[in-house]
Amino acid sequence: METVDVKHLQELLDSFANKDVYIHLETTNGSYASHFQEGFFNAGAFIRNVIIRYELGKVTGESPHRIGLKLPSGWIYAQGITHYTVDEHHRLLMAGLGPDGKLAVALEISETPFTY
Amino acid sequence: MLQKERHVLVVFPHPDDESFGSAGTIAQYIEMGVPVTYACLTLGEMGRNLGNPPFANRETLPQIRKQELLDACDAMGLTDLRMMGLRDKTIEFEDPEKLVKMMTDLMDELHPSLVISFHPTLAVHPDHNATGVAVIEAMSRMPEANRPVLYTKAFDNDTLNQLGEPHVVHHTPDVADKKIAALRAHASQTVWMLPDMEKRWAANDKDALDWLYNEAFYIHDFT
Ligand SMILES: [Zn+2]
Repeated sequence: METVDVKHLQELLDSFANKDVYIHLETTNGSYASHFQEGFFNAGAFIRNVIIRYELGKVTGESPHRIGLKLPSGWIYAQGITHYTVDEHHRLLMAGLGPDGKLAVALEISETPFTY
Repeated sequence: MLQKERHVLVVFPHPDDESFGSAGTIAQYIEMGVPVTYACLTLGEMGRNLGNPPFANRETLPQIRKQELLDACDAMGLTDLRMMGLRDKTIEFEDPEKLVKMMTDLMDELHPSLVISFHPTLAVHPDHNATGVAVIEAMSRMPEANRPVLYTKAFDNDTLNQLGEPHVVHHTPDVADKKIAALRAHASQTVWMLPDMEKRWAANDKDALDWLYNEAFYIHDFT
């Protein structure tokens, strides 16, 4: 993955618009957060291989960026995105990596299903 | 010195669980000629360490961790690795009977005399606890006469308070090189902590050497 090039990422988001696409969306503090820091309020969310269709996708802000997808009757967004790549399966993989190299958020868009 | 076992079955959910808590024990059993099977439930697909700049992404991490797992097993001398195909961070949400059957099938096939897994409530990560729950449920359904001994790993901050001192501590300094090699094999998980650990080992830091040389377990009471 490379650090976000806003213009290029915007083109990629546009290229998946108005198509049925598989989504992976994840936010995480890690499963050990409240083990290493007593009282830490650990929260996160995860969806994978849910099919959606968005009519407008945008990357905004300075890094870490925000990504928003406008659906016919709803929304998906992720904040904290720093890196992206298009892999050999033509999937758009976006992630927010902290300075420590740990993933905090991921948003991925694919025309084919992700593995299990 | 470990007791001779007929067969040891190790069940953990993540690649690296075996190396952190039991690599010395596994390597010692293998050196003694005891067959050891490791059932690793997931490939750690949801691991957070991708590096910055990243060496992996969410979709390539499982293949990287699979290779690390194979290399760690080589380092320990373990040849019977079973990758069970579940997904990281989902064990507690699986159908409990599916998990129990997975464990029962392993016991029926291998007839282990000793099983090593996680404690069902004091193993910190939800996958760890859920693995312990499934192993215990499968074993509790076995006739008592056929039931192997179960050692569990527990490392919740409240472990000592709830369980007291570990029931079994294996001293494994003679295979420390294998344990270190297994930890190194899991580079995606250990590259941030090993250099510091290696310094402390070199400086004869007592806590660090204790951690390397001693592996603690609780014996599960099925009564
Ligand atoms: Zn684990």
